[in-house]
Amino acid sequence: MFTPHTPQEIEEMLKVIGAETIEELFDKVPENFRYPELNIPEGLSEMEIASELKEIASANATTDEFVSFLGAGAYNHYIPAAVDMILRRGEFYTAYTPYQPEVSQGTLQAIFEFQSLMTELTGMDVSNASHYDGATATAEAANLAYHFFRGKRKKILVSRSVNPQYRETLRTYMSGLENVQVIGDEPAAGTSSDLNKMLALIDKDTALVIVQYPDFFGRIIDYTKLVEAAHSQGALVAFVFNPTALGLLKPPGDFDVDIAVGEGQPLGIPLSYGGPYLGIFTVKDKYVRKLAGRLVGETVDEAGERAFVLTLTAREQHIRREKSTSNICTNQGLMVLAATVYLSLLGKAGFKQVADLCYQKAHYAAEQISKIDGYELAFPDTPFFHEFVLTTPKPVSMINDHLQEHWILGGYDLSQDYPDMKNKMLIAVTEKISKDDIDDLVAVLQEADHD
Amino acid sequence: MIEPTIYELSQSGRKGVTFAKSDVPHYDLPTELQRDSLHLPQLSELDVTRHFTHLSQLNYSIDGGYYPLGSCTMKYNPKINEEMARLPGLANAHPLQPLVTVQGELYLMYQLQEWLQELSGFHSVTIQPSAGAQGELVGAMIIKKYHQVNNSPLRTKILIPDSAHGTNPATSSMSGFKVVALPSDERGNVDLEALKAECDETLAGLMLTNPNTLGLFDENVLEVIRLVHEAGGLVYGDGANLNALLGIVRPGDLGFDIIHFNLHKTFSTPHGGGGPGSGPVGVSEALAEYLPSPIVTILEEGDDETPPFFGFYTPKLSIGRMKAFYGQFGVHIRAFTYIAMLGASGLRDVAEKAVLNANYLMAKVKEDYPLPYDRTCMHEFVVEGTWKDLPDIHALDVAKRLMDYGFHPPTNYFPLIVHEALMIEPTETESMQTLDAFAAAMKAIAKEAREDPELLHTAPHNTPIRRCDEVKAARDLVLCCWMPK
Repeated sequence: MFTPHTPQEIEEMLKVIGAETIEELFDKVPENFRYPELNIPEGLSEMEIASELKEIASANATTDEFVSFLGAGAYNHYIPAAVDMILRRGEFYTAYTPYQPEVSQGTLQAIFEFQSLMTELTGMDVSNASHYDGATATAEAANLAYHFFRGKRKKILVSRSVNPQYRETLRTYMSGLENVQVIGDEPAAGTSSDLNKMLALIDKDTALVIVQYPDFFGRIIDYTKLVEAAHSQGALVAFVFNPTALGLLKPPGDFDVDIAVGEGQPLGIPLSYGGPYLGIFTVKDKYVRKLAGRLVGETVDEAGERAFVLTLTAREQHIRREKSTSNICTNQGLMVLAATVYLSLLGKAGFKQVADLCYQKAHYAAEQISKIDGYELAFPDTPFFHEFVLTTPKPVSMINDHLQEHWILGGYDLSQDYPDMKNKMLIAVTEKISKDDIDDLVAVLQEADHD
Repeated sequence: MIEPTIYELSQSGRKGVTFAKSDVPHYDLPTELQRDSLHLPQLSELDVTRHFTHLSQLNYSIDGGYYPLGSCTMKYNPKINEEMARLPGLANAHPLQPLVTVQGELYLMYQLQEWLQELSGFHSVTIQPSAGAQGELVGAMIIKKYHQVNNSPLRTKILIPDSAHGTNPATSSMSGFKVVALPSDERGNVDLEALKAECDETLAGLMLTNPNTLGLFDENVLEVIRLVHEAGGLVYGDGANLNALLGIVRPGDLGFDIIHFNLHKTFSTPHGGGGPGSGPVGVSEALAEYLPSPIVTILEEGDDETPPFFGFYTPKLSIGRMKAFYGQFGVHIRAFTYIAMLGASGLRDVAEKAVLNANYLMAKVKEDYPLPYDRTCMHEFVVEGTWKDLPDIHALDVAKRLMDYGFHPPTNYFPLIVHEALMIEPTETESMQTLDAFAAAMKAIAKEAREDPELLHTAPHNTPIRRCDEVKAARDLVLCCWMPK
């Protein structure tokens, strides 16, 4: 279907090669294993596959049909039409990694602009060209810290209020390294905003302290003391941030952190059932040569014109092979482009407005829901951005089942990851949620309560 | 030709998009939590659209021209893939929705797993890994855990042929293995004597790219696998070159224990200027319980009336989770579409035409360029971009000059074992006419190398920019724009 060869051309080509048949070209493949029977159906036409996939899609009900209050690491934001129109340009999506700068300036400049936007957003000095997602960026932050200390510091401290899936990914990545301990997130650490337990764990063997900002429960915590304590022991600190929140909040750079990583999905990337997303990775200047992944730098061409190239590639596996500290090879190029276009379109005023809308609506929702009998905020004294934890009168799954009948996707059931958080629901509110949506949620919750 | 940056285009007070005013009462954010300033660009929607359209025009792409990058498999990306990935019922599902509301997503992922199992001859497949290199990491970690579980903690050595992909050694060291490089023999196969010498009680496994980065199918592949297995090691197959084998032979049948797939290479999902990729991993039955979690599975079998109910499963000895959620779902949709459209015979046709194209182009190019391994190749081949009597001409010069002829250059200086390598992969979607035009350009450049070498040294001449000063980029690091405060 996508091969252009006519029978005459095949014959002509075989003649040039000096072979009788195409099968002959495979004579090095062990004969008894050649041409297996494949239990894969015969191919479909374009029209047939389109209708089959529409049917598959119709077996889902998504955030288009439901009003969704789900967040917990993936957020339903509005994506301006221009973002996808630009992504659909074949010159972007059918290009490869920009190894040849003379014919890849479009991709290279877009990445350079992404790096610029990310350093501005985070208040950090350097951004790379992205990782797979927020979870792997978090794991690579630990990788960086481990290698920064040449493996001599063995402890990675991670707060229990860091996304549980990020912590799992971190542990998988660390399992290959010699004697690394990932600690600090044991159930005994609790979920309160008291950082004293973490502070007590920081010592000279700590390579990195990882916290989330706002944390997995949506809370905005002042980590100033924690950063100071870590630095006084010589340890590095990484923030896992939500980029939308940085439209309003003090950036990680203001806390003097060493590494700031985050999930870039909220920046113009569809929910897409969990991927592909965008891992943002930024650091202070002094770690630039320890940074994994691609970097684009500005230079000049022979004519003295400004040009962009992939730079510091000696850090990567191309040259140092087994000496490189990460094997990351691709970056999330197209997702980088989406985030760059998104932030360019929203710009200074629009991005701030989105962050503010999220904040306002989430606070209205929190206020209204906590007025219902049996519902209250789990952390009433801690400021939050656009996500908050509710204590519910019944198991969250029961409440969500009821909401689902009213075409509402309720919040995330925290007891799935935190056994001590029974009857705790994590609610996310974005700019896509209207006051009416919130009032409807409140009405259904009230009614559920009287069942 | 030069496009200003978005920061340079910015005009104070301009807006590209607006949102409706808040419809809820106002809540104050405590001032001590607020940031002081945020210098994002200020542009209209047209400014932004033109800027990125201009940038796109500075890119080479498959849609615009021939892209023979060896080992990158730059085949045509069918347009229907893009349409399908954007179906709202697929693209707008939240990853934490209740299972009952996402049975379509789960079915698609499950079916893709099944097809990849069938194509590779493996017992189980995970589609979670985000890219080929992450798939490799899964493989290496499985090898590590397998030996831990089976009480062989001393197995700490991974063998990697010198014709392997560059990520293989990096992956092994990330997983805490000691890497030992294996030489190739004079026919480009793994050197069997060198392999035998390394087959001891410290051997954890071998990472084998087959066909290798020379474009050659290892003639002793069964023997290589047997030797590693006999020594107690596992064999990992780097699936980056699977395009040559679709429907021809299944790595699982040959005895490989693990393999990764590159959906963005073999299954026509676009490379996107560097990503997203997707690197599913297949394993033999003995390793199924080591796969990363979660894996899509059937929770309740269906019958004539009701479809099966899909959900997730955590393997008992799982190495853990590799990323948040389940994988690069948007990429899975594209690969699913492609496999469903080609079917069994279409997939075999892919490999046959890819190999036909490569051998045809090799036959034409070798008239003018030294060919270090003169054997039937698979879907790619490597020539030298230099000549003994012209020491001043390098692969890089040939590559840069090709741009003046309107072609993207082949991969150069890889694999490392070929002097001044040019690694050429035509892919199956290119026509004979395109290959002829490319061969003619290669021939013309070989002629120029003798008659007017300066033309090569100063190439490219017709591209948006000229050769770049890469040393300056690394020395005077400028990694973000100057920001007007």
